[in-house]
Amino acid sequence: MERMKPSNNVLLKVEGLRKYFPVRRGFFQRVIGWIKAVDDVDLEVYQGKTLGLVGESGCGKSTIGRLILKLLEPDEGRIIYQGREISSVSQDEMKPLRKEMQIIFQDPFGSLNPRMTVGQSIEEGLRTLGVKGHGERRTRVGDLLETVGIGPDVADFYPHEFSGGQRQRIGIARALSVEPSLIICDEPVSALDVSIQSQIINLLKDLQNKLGLSYLFISHDLTVVGYISDTVAVMYLGHIMEYAPADELFDNPLHPYTLALLSAIPTPDPDVRHEQKGLVGDVPSPFNPPPGCKFQGRCPLVEDRCRIEEIDVYRVHEEHTVRCWKVVKK
Amino acid sequence: MGNRLAWIGLIIICILAGTALLAPFLAPYDPLAIDLPGELEGPRAGHPLGQDKLGRDILSQIIYGSRVSLLVGLVVVGISLAIGVSLGALAGYFGGVLDTILMRLVDILLAFPGILLAIALAGILGPSLNNIILALCVLGWVGYARLVRGQVLAEKNREYVLAAKALGGSHPRIIVRHILPNVFAPVIVEATFGLAGVILAESSLSFLGLGPQDVPTWGKLLNEGAQYLLFAPHVATFPGMAIMLTVLGFNLLGDGLRNRWDVKRSA
Repeated sequence: MERMKPSNNVLLKVEGLRKYFPVRRGFFQRVIGWIKAVDDVDLEVYQGKTLGLVGESGCGKSTIGRLILKLLEPDEGRIIYQGREISSVSQDEMKPLRKEMQIIFQDPFGSLNPRMTVGQSIEEGLRTLGVKGHGERRTRVGDLLETVGIGPDVADFYPHEFSGGQRQRIGIARALSVEPSLIICDEPVSALDVSIQSQIINLLKDLQNKLGLSYLFISHDLTVVGYISDTVAVMYLGHIMEYAPADELFDNPLHPYTLALLSAIPTPDPDVRHEQKGLVGDVPSPFNPPPGCKFQGRCPLVEDRCRIEEIDVYRVHEEHTVRCWKVVKK
Repeated sequence: MGNRLAWIGLIIICILAGTALLAPFLAPYDPLAIDLPGELEGPRAGHPLGQDKLGRDILSQIIYGSRVSLLVGLVVVGISLAIGVSLGALAGYFGGVLDTILMRLVDILLAFPGILLAIALAGILGPSLNNIILALCVLGWVGYARLVRGQVLAEKNREYVLAAKALGGSHPRIIVRHILPNVFAPVIVEATFGLAGVILAESSLSFLGLGPQDVPTWGKLLNEGAQYLLFAPHVATFPGMAIMLTVLGFNLLGDGLRNRWDVKRSA
């Protein structure tokens, strides 16, 4: 299969993606404003590689995942999968693409149907794949459960009989059931204990090596993202603020928001005092934000220009872009 | 404690169901056999619940009457569930214009006083078993539709439903296989209370003479008994107790189910 060979081919390309949610009030449900959940986002996921998407909660990172899978309809922009534009295809035309892209969710409790055995949940994907015959599907379910490290003989148990980590593995098995090329990992370890987190991350890495999977890995945890990703996109209030290869981002971070995130990573050594560029305040409400840079309210470098004009994306070099005019040399 | 009451409710319902099924074997007399010398005789050996104005055995009539009550209850709730669950699920899942139209229709129907509408309908259509069922179904589905719509609305954005969509499940499959099994608990509870309500409504219509004429019903017995309440109270008392016990049984069971499932959902 072609997806086994590692390459630098672009599997998924997202251009100028936008999703605004209307805010309605009053008896007639009048639209009084918009929440710009995803605002002019460009992304690329390479075959067999991982793109990390990091940002605080509510910044729109999960929305991006759902837009790519067409679980939500984008307002604007292009989603190109293997050279094919899919942002405007109908749900019916989307059917064959369902086998290509899958999703793993954050909440291991809410993401499995409580009234289906895990075997039945996984079988749903096998039906889509067109695996005929109950016996054949059962065998495949066993194989999938084996692949994610649980063992084949639990197919008849219900989700509540498993721990959080095991459920996350079941969610992964379900995603793998259609033999996808791209998996959107929507905060897959955020709800788990730290010890379990590393197991799941390593499972995802193993599966990537074995099956040549590509990941869009969404998380609020920069350490986790840095560990698993080849490239990282830093998101704030619907905008991608900085976009760079993982090493580059950690060695040479430019955007003040990235710097703040990096300085907030706790160090395991209590004697090391590190410089806190900690942020003041909370993420502002995404509802009708002021013009200019989205980060202006919390930025240490803010100037008048940041409050007036829409800030462009600047290319630092081939693979590194940043949405801040202050940190790029003219 | 609540658990024990629910069991009592279930036992009452089982007795009722057994009585309805085995009526021909349990009833000591033909419920319609007239025995004029026994007119309005009170309870005694041979006629443990007494006789009515034509000397018909009241126990036998109550036993046969349970068939009508249970039949009307089951059929009306069954039809109402089928309509209400389907429409509610469609409205909740697809939303949009369909949802708006259906829910405004529901609002309009809810604005009618239910029993009055049923009386009017049964009056226009004429007194019979089928017409009573029809009259009660016209409003019966409305509550289920609202309930199911709300539940589906809450459930359809849960991650397991999104996962099923992402896996390529069709809309009907997602509704039927994924969402509905997860909203059934409150619907079953509602249906249990609904059975009590329908049986009560059927008795009311029969009491007003709008029920089936050719078979004994509890409502009709009650109506007859009301005329002799002062000097032959047994004629009205025993069918009244049958209605009360039945309604109580379904309500106890409904309460028990509600408590049990609420606990499970929050665990």
